[in-house]
Amino acid sequence: MEDFEPLIVAFCCHYCAYTAADMAGSMRLSYPANIKIIRVPCTGKVDVLHLMRALLKGADGAYVAGCLDGDCHFKNGNRKAARRVASAKRLLSEIGLEPERVEMFTMSAGMGERFSQIALEFTDRIRKLGPNPVHSNTKKADPPATNRQTVQKGDRPT
Amino acid sequence: MITAVRKPMEEILEFVLPYKRILLVGCNECVTVCAAGGRKEVGILSSALQMAFMKQGKTLDVREVTLERQCDPEYVEQLVTEIDRVDAVLSMACGCGVQEIARRFKDKAVFPAVNTQFMGASERHGVWVERCQGCGDCILGITGGICPVARCSKRLLNGPCGGSTNGKCEINPEVDCAWQLIWDRLKMLGLEKRYEEIVSAKDWRTSRDGGPRRIIREDLE
Repeated sequence: MEDFEPLIVAFCCHYCAYTAADMAGSMRLSYPANIKIIRVPCTGKVDVLHLMRALLKGADGAYVAGCLDGDCHFKNGNRKAARRVASAKRLLSEIGLEPERVEMFTMSAGMGERFSQIALEFTDRIRKLGPNPVHSNTKKADPPATNRQTVQKGDRPT
Repeated sequence: MITAVRKPMEEILEFVLPYKRILLVGCNECVTVCAAGGRKEVGILSSALQMAFMKQGKTLDVREVTLERQCDPEYVEQLVTEIDRVDAVLSMACGCGVQEIARRFKDKAVFPAVNTQFMGASERHGVWVERCQGCGDCILGITGGICPVARCSKRLLNGPCGGSTNGKCEINPEVDCAWQLIWDRLKMLGLEKRYEEIVSAKDWRTSRDGGPRRIIREDLE
């Protein structure tokens, strides 16, 4: 367990956390390489589905990093994201997974230090929780392929 | 629209536990609008189910399909290419959709993933309220466009009961008294006289009391 290196997905808002990550780089601050950043136009774009798929496809933890309360570029996307993270936590609890594997953080574009600190703390949290049991219990089996099909509007049965 | 909410995961897991391959079917109509069983919810439930299985060292093959409408045989027919590849079907549509799949694919177990609630309207984003009970004999024309059958807790037809206080219903201070709403609206429209007219006892045979209902349109048959 001690040499466990978690895989963490961070959904970062273009206007704050993503820029804060840049800032952390400019400031020569280090943060764990476990964090894989996905830039989003606003955290309001992040859905429960993205967090669940991240965990299903191999992540040990996932977090959303948005603007400080009241500072959302699109008015209230960060608040929406916070509610969705809370919903994902409830769903994880329902299937017996630790809700702490997902989290919501806020920061401004200038908070390079906070970005690095949060990356460090969250990695530490997941390291303590251990590997995502979804994957450790199925050994190294490939994550299941998702067979998704949507019948589009206008499609008619043949 | 018909509203619904997802069943607790525990109940859904119990349904699918004996199976290895399931078809998870969403619907693009009402349950998409009320965020209970559209394409997104299918994806979320599919992920949750697969993770619940994998956590126990098992795997569940989930095929995700979202039909344009699950209550029409034409659309349900589209599942023929998928149905033989699965052991059971989990439907996220309202009860009508679940039953349409059960009717079409008689040899396949079908389970509901949502609890169908009521015919309602969206009060604001994320909030749906009951507006119609499908009584089969609409009286909105004489009640100012506000339905006492769906919105009065007692379904009274001739004014409020003694439980109406400050415009709210005695069952819950957050529930409006339908008859207060009706009176306010009739007054605004200058139709107070309508309130004085006695509505005779309602014939509930047009509602569920007459048994399962059916509409036959010979011009369309």
